[in-house]
Amino acid sequence: MPAPTPAVEVDGLVMAYGDKVAVDGLSLEVARGSITAVLGPNGAGKTTTLETCEGYRVPQKGTVRVLGLDPQRDRAALLPRIGVMLQSGGAWSGVRAREMLDHMASLHARPLDTDMLSDRLGLADCGRTPYRRLSGGQQQRLGLAIALVGRPELVFVDEPTAGMDPQARRTTWELLEEVRADGVTVVLTTHHMDEAERLADRIHIIDRGRVIASGTPGELTREGRSATIRLVVNRPFPDGAPESLRVDLGPDTEVRQLDEVSMLIHGPADSTTLGLVSRWCEQHDVLPETLNLGQRNLEDVFLELTGRELAP
Amino acid sequence: MSTFTPAPGGATLPRMVLAQARMEARLMLRNGEQLLLAIVIPVIVLFGGVAGADRIGIDLQGHRPVDILTPGVLALAVMSTAFTSVAIATGFERRYGVIKLLGSSPLPRHGLLLGKVLALLNVVVLQLVVLVVVGLALGWEPTLDHPLRSIVGAVLALALGTAAFAALGLFVAGVLRAEATLALANLVYLLLMAGGGVVLPTSAYGAASPVISWLPSAALGDGMREALVHASIDGRSLLVLAAWAAVGTLLTARTFRWE
Repeated sequence: MPAPTPAVEVDGLVMAYGDKVAVDGLSLEVARGSITAVLGPNGAGKTTTLETCEGYRVPQKGTVRVLGLDPQRDRAALLPRIGVMLQSGGAWSGVRAREMLDHMASLHARPLDTDMLSDRLGLADCGRTPYRRLSGGQQQRLGLAIALVGRPELVFVDEPTAGMDPQARRTTWELLEEVRADGVTVVLTTHHMDEAERLADRIHIIDRGRVIASGTPGELTREGRSATIRLVVNRPFPDGAPESLRVDLGPDTEVRQLDEVSMLIHGPADSTTLGLVSRWCEQHDVLPETLNLGQRNLEDVFLELTGRELAP
Repeated sequence: MSTFTPAPGGATLPRMVLAQARMEARLMLRNGEQLLLAIVIPVIVLFGGVAGADRIGIDLQGHRPVDILTPGVLALAVMSTAFTSVAIATGFERRYGVIKLLGSSPLPRHGLLLGKVLALLNVVVLQLVVLVVVGLALGWEPTLDHPLRSIVGAVLALALGTAAFAALGLFVAGVLRAEATLALANLVYLLLMAGGGVVLPTSAYGAASPVISWLPSAALGDGMREALVHASIDGRSLLVLAAWAAVGTLLTARTFRWE
């Protein structure tokens, strides 16, 4: 049966701390059964938005509905149905990893088997380790296990793979994909483009408290007008090469020299640009060894939308 | 049904509260400093007091030191756990985000508070058992003039004292940072132990005694001594404790920040 309402509806949310506006008229929707990424730099308002959905904060303006419920008024009905992974912390410093997971399981009616969950998240080996001695990645995985243990319909995960090694990140991504396949809605915040591109069905890019773009990863990366071209040549560029290349390519282009033989060119993604670059090489007596029209990624999208880099 | 297929729902309130109480009691007893505060210091005070009572020259109105000191040490034990341990534990729970995480679980806030109270009572009962045994081993003979009155008086003093100190401990933990809570809770404990009429009768403080007798520590100590030395229910002390409990609860309810 198709679900009647979206899993999350945020409409015109405004949140300010003192005179600092953290969320500035933000609206977004999350479809049931999807993985939705809220992507943006640190301080964009991701966590504040999430915490309002989780019932921690009262919306100052706008409305928030989660599973059709008001996180403030219907708190008691909503909380058992959602799982929350905080950005950090959440456990006593002296509690053992497994003890904490078992405790959170005991607060639910039909929890997951904690043996299975520990195994799946690679926590079996550190089950008796006190929380304060767990590595950052282990603490993150425990946090994710806690969010899932009550068999929620919807999980909010705040920066789920921060501090994880590449192996653990991949395991976590696979787990989240399995969770979605089993019918759980996942809302995650991240400032990692690769995470959003790999996992999300839908991405909301937020910046300075507003959604500045929404779509599937494909939509967001197709729509743009520009691309990154990578140029590597056979011998060192002459002095002033980036400037002279920019003059040839026109004002819409950015040129950045990486080292003495390579440059990144950010500009219109068309054959004219490629032609201009190769003619410039010929004139300056260097031979292009690589001239790649790079795949545009979310990093480029963000740069284009905001004029700033995403990385913190 | 696949592994993660949603099947949400909270456990029943009694189950959640019991789970929370068990967890908190276990953590309290695991913590070395807290055990020191809960058992070791009261035992040392009892031993030291009984051994050195003649030399301190405090007027015990004809009673044996152990009979005066044991009820006071029981009061001290309650104060250490209900006030100092609760304040420190709660302060760090706020700091580490434990209370925040539990705030997104099915356990409601009143359930969390109830779990805390049960954990606290659990530890207090354990302390009382140990200290009563130590007291008896040192020759403590509580009055047997009117056992029922003694028991009622002591239980009321312990219950109201626990409530008063726990409310004050939560108040401190709810407004200060964890480190400040740690420092203040220990300082207050030491000051009250030395000069708060808890181990020694209020009357031992001379001119300061009328002021001291209004402290929750003195009220708890006096209430215990009246019950276990004189077989009487000390109405005034019980009222003082009830007032502190009310003030502490009000302050906590007004000011406590969960994060």
